[in-house]
Amino acid sequence: MSHPFEQQLARIRETLLLMSTLTDRSLTLAVRAVVERDNQLADLVEASDTEIDQLEVAVDDLVVTYMATHGPIARDSRLMLIASKISSNLERIADQATKIARRARDLNQEPQLTEVENIPEMASLMKEMLHDAITSFVEARYELAQTVIPRDKEVDELNRRISRKLIKLMIEAPENVTRAFNLITVAKAIERAADHVQNIAEEVFYLYSGQDIRHEGKISLG
Amino acid sequence: MSTSQPLSQEEETAPAQPAAPASPNAVDVENLDFYYGDYHALHGVNLQIPAHKVTAFIGPSGCGKSTLLRCFNRMNDLVPESHIKHGSIKVHGTDINGPNVDPIELRKRVGMVFQKSNPFPKSIYENVVYGLRIQGRNKRAELDEIVERSLRAAALWDEVKDRLHESGVGLSGGQQQRLCIARAIAVEPEIILMDEPCSALDPIATSKVEELIFDLKKSYTIIIVTHNMQQAGRCSDLTAFFYLGRLIEIDRTEKIFTNPTQKQTEDYITGRFG
Repeated sequence: MSHPFEQQLARIRETLLLMSTLTDRSLTLAVRAVVERDNQLADLVEASDTEIDQLEVAVDDLVVTYMATHGPIARDSRLMLIASKISSNLERIADQATKIARRARDLNQEPQLTEVENIPEMASLMKEMLHDAITSFVEARYELAQTVIPRDKEVDELNRRISRKLIKLMIEAPENVTRAFNLITVAKAIERAADHVQNIAEEVFYLYSGQDIRHEGKISLG
Repeated sequence: MSTSQPLSQEEETAPAQPAAPASPNAVDVENLDFYYGDYHALHGVNLQIPAHKVTAFIGPSGCGKSTLLRCFNRMNDLVPESHIKHGSIKVHGTDINGPNVDPIELRKRVGMVFQKSNPFPKSIYENVVYGLRIQGRNKRAELDEIVERSLRAAALWDEVKDRLHESGVGLSGGQQQRLCIARAIAVEPEIILMDEPCSALDPIATSKVEELIFDLKKSYTIIIVTHNMQQAGRCSDLTAFFYLGRLIEIDRTEKIFTNPTQKQTEDYITGRFG
């Protein structure tokens, strides 16, 4: 039987895992709402956003309680810091899913653009990143977390490519402006979600290696 | 496995020691093997303790941290059949187990504060001057001056200055412990050893002693044994982790408590064993 403090740490991890599962589901449904032109899927995404928001608050509560009662040290102290950051990033990813779902409703009122076929590839790249970042957290594999980080650039590149196509479309035919703009917003939301996944991967790397690889260099605060 | 390595002195240096060969460290331990009879209590310990720093010894009960602490002022001489089989301990460059070293003189240089405060059943004043009287120093003016200086250094003067001739055992637990610290510093030691000095104190008294430790390191080298991880984190510059009679790791306290090198250290400080 594990020590009570380990059970509390496990609860923080499990809550993050639940949050990531719901976030992953929201992303999947939001992209399907765009591709399959299904407003009901968009409704499901918006409904689960509240639950994800509540889980973010719950993670912070668990973290503050654990810090106040256990005075965590070493890896446990890093877990406190990154648990709060991971939950915040997951909540923002879920916000991007909601944004995609809302744009899906607008897009579904007009004929579909063929450029929508580029969205699933971009979304699946981003969702693989999320899957690997969360797996690296669960399985304590900081090397896996490290492989997630450069993949953000691939998502950025796909976003640029899709946006260029859509802008061209808007210039060629003004009647495309609304739906092309909505589709650009969807691509941008996926790109932003990938940025948050990259943050999660960096946080997992820090948790298990003790090395902060965000940005470049450090300043000394004395 | 001992992973000790020389620790930098940064900008601070040890006070000059005219009688002893120059050493940058307050204490140098080399390949120390210590026994209680047949029981091998310390295994090949190598350790350098820099002057004017607070070094914390941590580890589970029976790991050898208090044994090592008591080696530094030869308190273990009082334990029958205890002996050093190999290795040496130098205090500011002097081998303290050398043939010409008088343990009584050594204990003036290396003072000690114990887990349970142990004031003598005498007045506060006489407690502070006890070591000085043993040295034959009885001049009233000199003693008065040392009593005030020592009690001020121990952050106790303001609380007891009007009752110096009342019994020391009538003080609170925290005050008694600070009286013991005043008694230790009255003889102007170079090093103060503290063996779980706050384990019997409440949080407020503990906080006062910790504040005192921080102030005292300007004048003394402090080595503290503690089971309180937070205390080691708050008070010390360096932390050494011991396990089963071996030094596992010593490093800057900040490093030990955020990202220790050895897994055993991390498991211990995070409460996963010990």
